[in-house]
Amino acid sequence: MSHQQADAIDVGAIREEFPILQREFDGQQVVYLDNAATTQTPDPVVDAMSDYYRESNANVHRGIHHLSQEASEAYEAAHDRVAEFINADGREEVIFTKNTTEGENLLAYSWGLAELSPEDTVVLTEMEHHASLVTWQQIAKRTGASVEYIRVDETGRLDMDHAAELIDDDTAIVSAVHVSNTLGTVNPVSELTDLAHEHDALSFIDGAQAVPNRPVDVKEIDADFYAFSGHKMAGPTGIGVLYGKRDLLEDLNPYLYGGGMIRKVTFEDSTWGELPWKFEPGTPPIAEAVGLHAAVDWLEDIGMDRIETHEEELAAYAYDRLEAEEDVEIYGPEGGPDRGGLVSFNLEGVHAHDLTSIMNDHTIAVRAGDHCTQPLHDKLGVPASTRASFYVYNTREEIDKLVAALDDARQLFA
Amino acid sequence: MGLGSDMYRQQILDHYKNPRNYGQLEDPTFTHIGENPMCGDEIRMDVKLAEDGDDGDDSAETIERVAFSGDGCAISQASASMLSSELRGKTVDELLEMDRDDVIDMLGVDISPMRVKCAVLAEKVAQDGAEIYQGELDVEKTTTEDDE
Repeated sequence: MSHQQADAIDVGAIREEFPILQREFDGQQVVYLDNAATTQTPDPVVDAMSDYYRESNANVHRGIHHLSQEASEAYEAAHDRVAEFINADGREEVIFTKNTTEGENLLAYSWGLAELSPEDTVVLTEMEHHASLVTWQQIAKRTGASVEYIRVDETGRLDMDHAAELIDDDTAIVSAVHVSNTLGTVNPVSELTDLAHEHDALSFIDGAQAVPNRPVDVKEIDADFYAFSGHKMAGPTGIGVLYGKRDLLEDLNPYLYGGGMIRKVTFEDSTWGELPWKFEPGTPPIAEAVGLHAAVDWLEDIGMDRIETHEEELAAYAYDRLEAEEDVEIYGPEGGPDRGGLVSFNLEGVHAHDLTSIMNDHTIAVRAGDHCTQPLHDKLGVPASTRASFYVYNTREEIDKLVAALDDARQLFA
Repeated sequence: MGLGSDMYRQQILDHYKNPRNYGQLEDPTFTHIGENPMCGDEIRMDVKLAEDGDDGDDSAETIERVAFSGDGCAISQASASMLSSELRGKTVDELLEMDRDDVIDMLGVDISPMRVKCAVLAEKVAQDGAEIYQGELDVEKTTTEDDE
């Protein structure tokens, strides 16, 4: 179906493609505001995967029979579709992983372990997700490299003067989150990449919270590497993407070995196959690739610009509604172009886990915890926060329900 | 709606808002701390044993007083408050025999799986403290992170 009939998104039509949003618990319809953790999957994506299993399932790579040819073509076509979606130069630049975290690890192991030395610095941000923070921290320990963190200022934005100070000729790589999964901040990733390149450093951008809800053009950012996950963008779990510039990927050695990624194997040695297959050993997530392809089609049918606008409006609305509550503390920048579609907050006197349990009594799905950013929460001075995160099917009415449920928590804990 | 929430019955909220035995003992027999790092719940348990263990069997000693301090979610703090009363008069042996079901029975509510770690923190801190006192365990701090 086409959603592109008017300027605004037809949320009603979109919701019809998500039967899960009709689910009820104790007679109350679910309000799903945990999209930064995972998004729901529309029928066309589920259908594409189920059709694949019913009609085309076979293993890929060099199968001579009809089904294997069909499966291989579908798997390869998914790479092409994703490449087009993020404006990469073809399938060679699109490696399928299982998620963003694996993309981070792939680069850290294959490039970081081989190239980093005690003279090098790895520059991260204080708002990194553990996927990048823990990975680079541990690779740095093994190579002797040091890790430095670009400060987050009191508005929840990166201190770019500090970034310019930290990124210098010792910097080997700058790894930054595109949209913070905790603060919601949209970071100036092109600027960070330029800073890295001025000092011959690489740039790695974690786009897990960006690709799902805004147009992302890897050429425009000029990132050397860019990673994201399928399940946060209306696609299935079990598949993610690592984009890399072709010349860089060609020089990299794989870190996972096995079948399907080799050119020539003898008992003594092996040589690697073509991009991107040399980074995808073993049987890959084929049905998931088909699902991701369908998800990209589905998202572009709605239009990434319109999804971005919808998310920005919901985030600004949620920010304003929560800001108006005197006993609510919100983290990160106010609503606007540099806030993505999520709001993390605390209600005074109520622990985030208690608040989230009370929200669950209203069948409102939000997330409590440190959101895999423990050092950032330490800096904010809170052990945990409650996060509401939005997607293309969410409405203002759902945010109203969230705000109304705060009263229940106040009454209980008064 | 919501006020009938199973997990926040009056008893739990009462213990959370008016914790029993909150504070620290002047002369505890043993003290131990613990945390639930994912939630940020922190508990310190001070235990004073009665001087009746002169037969040399530590585990036969009777718990005379318990105090707790710390902060965190309602479930973790209410559980510590209830446990601090519950343990008085019990032997160290009886403390060590307690399991998570005892804590959940004590709280008297259904605890969702993700919140069990909050509920059992105080119990685990008290038990680890007792085992350290008996010389059978050597940890600086208890965590419930891996306790699934």
